[in-house]
Amino acid sequence: MASSDAIPDFKQSPDGGGEVGVANMSGLAAGPGIKSAREVAIIALVAVLVIGGAELLLLAFGVPQYVLPRPSEIAWALVTDFHLIAPHLGHTLVELISGFTIGATVGLILAAVITQFPFAEKIITPYILLLVTTPMLALVPLLILRFGFGYEPRIIAVALASGPMVMINATTGFRRVDSAKIALARSYGASTLQIFWKIRAPMALPMIFVGLMVGSIFGLLTAVGAEMVGGGFGLGNRLTSYSSMIQMPQFFAVVLILSFLGILIYMIFFLLAKRYASWEA
Amino acid sequence: MAARDSQFPKLDVREATKVYHTRSGDLLAIDRCSLAVEEGEIVSIVGPSGSGKTTLLWSMSGLHHLTSGEIALDGQRVDGPHPDISMVFQDANLLPWRTIVANIRFPFEIKGAKPDTAWIDQLMHRVGLEGFGQRMPRELSGGMQQRVALVRALSFKPSVLLMDEPFGALDAFTREEMNHLIEEIYLDTRTTIVLVTHSIDEAIFLSDRIVVMSARPGRIANIHRVPFERPRSLEIMGTKEVFDLTHTIKSEIVGDQISKARNRKNAANLSKAS
Repeated sequence: MASSDAIPDFKQSPDGGGEVGVANMSGLAAGPGIKSAREVAIIALVAVLVIGGAELLLLAFGVPQYVLPRPSEIAWALVTDFHLIAPHLGHTLVELISGFTIGATVGLILAAVITQFPFAEKIITPYILLLVTTPMLALVPLLILRFGFGYEPRIIAVALASGPMVMINATTGFRRVDSAKIALARSYGASTLQIFWKIRAPMALPMIFVGLMVGSIFGLLTAVGAEMVGGGFGLGNRLTSYSSMIQMPQFFAVVLILSFLGILIYMIFFLLAKRYASWEA
Repeated sequence: MAARDSQFPKLDVREATKVYHTRSGDLLAIDRCSLAVEEGEIVSIVGPSGSGKTTLLWSMSGLHHLTSGEIALDGQRVDGPHPDISMVFQDANLLPWRTIVANIRFPFEIKGAKPDTAWIDQLMHRVGLEGFGQRMPRELSGGMQQRVALVRALSFKPSVLLMDEPFGALDAFTREEMNHLIEEIYLDTRTTIVLVTHSIDEAIFLSDRIVVMSARPGRIANIHRVPFERPRSLEIMGTKEVFDLTHTIKSEIVGDQISKARNRKNAANLSKAS
């Protein structure tokens, strides 16, 4: 609350100027918007044309399965081998959810704390930037040496990949101080804690959702990458294994599952943001 | 006005001085301002920008700490936000993630008190906002948002209402409407009101007294009494008395600006000559 007694400056834009985090909220909360039945029909038609076209072309040119399997073969592999892939999906989800939960929690708490101390924030920010920009995958071989081939190195890598991403976006959110709104709360005698929960946190919420979404997608990438590096389970491990055995339909089936996982994550945070932070859109 | 039964003014500003410490040096925002606002009085503060009007008002609300001097409410020193003093800010200042009702209940939430729903409903009716409780602030026009801010400020029955350029962002017609509304509510509640405004018309229409401030440093230059009976009608705004008063206040504000500019120019010329 260092600046509470400064000259009130209402012209200061409450959205923190141009310094929006990694992604912009308008891309998340506003989203593609509600689609009409006609638009949905056309989107489905495009899918049918592309998939059907690929099927026909691959068939017509006699492309061998080990180069590029036909969509029907991929779909068939997905059905017949799903029981083989499912446990690995479970492993990946365990790593993703536990790693992300740890990373996001630490990231959120750190963001909330350091924004209260501008000096600390200035000192810490470059290091967080370093964590965001360094691919955490690079640490996985090291983590495997230390923690073995189990869950631990992967969970740590996911936490390290998603945490800073959540933190940097949440920091941007918490920094969007609207001095007039804080003054409003203070005029009713609000405590620092009340100002945090009733003003700062809701104002930061849209950026927090951006951070959670980007962080979880980064977490997914890192989980799959870590699984490819070492260990005998997880969807990433299936990718290396299937490709080494030239089981291309199964390989692409796993890729398809990963895409669905990514879209699912996006949808979850899109809907959460729409429900709890749509006031800004 | 009502009979005095207290020896203290409602709100007493004594030698209020406020220095801002900025990067480019200290800035004397207001310099030894003294003002006694009586119970049930409406006082406006006008002046050029930089005259410390807002600083003075924020000090009265307890949101600013004075560098020296003091503010007293009913003879009791005000050291921070006070439950009997309520503030209406520029641009409504609603919380955009809350519905209108939730915005109005916000003060009670902070104070941990039960909202006075009967009184709130009455206020909502009075300002013509019934049926809008579940809307979001962005769905309302600027004038309606400012009405919500007014209801929020009056919801916990403060005895002093401070308004910081409350209608600056509104168009002229909406502004006039709001002025009538303020007078109506005032006649109902007899709340003591201190209002910072840029509009001399608004100040004359609403106030019992008008405080004119001069700039850099902010000092109280003059205080005018506005002698009209309430309720006031728009008719008085066309009278010669109002015309003369407007002219006097305007020349006090503008004259102050011009003479300061002239002094600066002379000083510059002198330094050039030497």
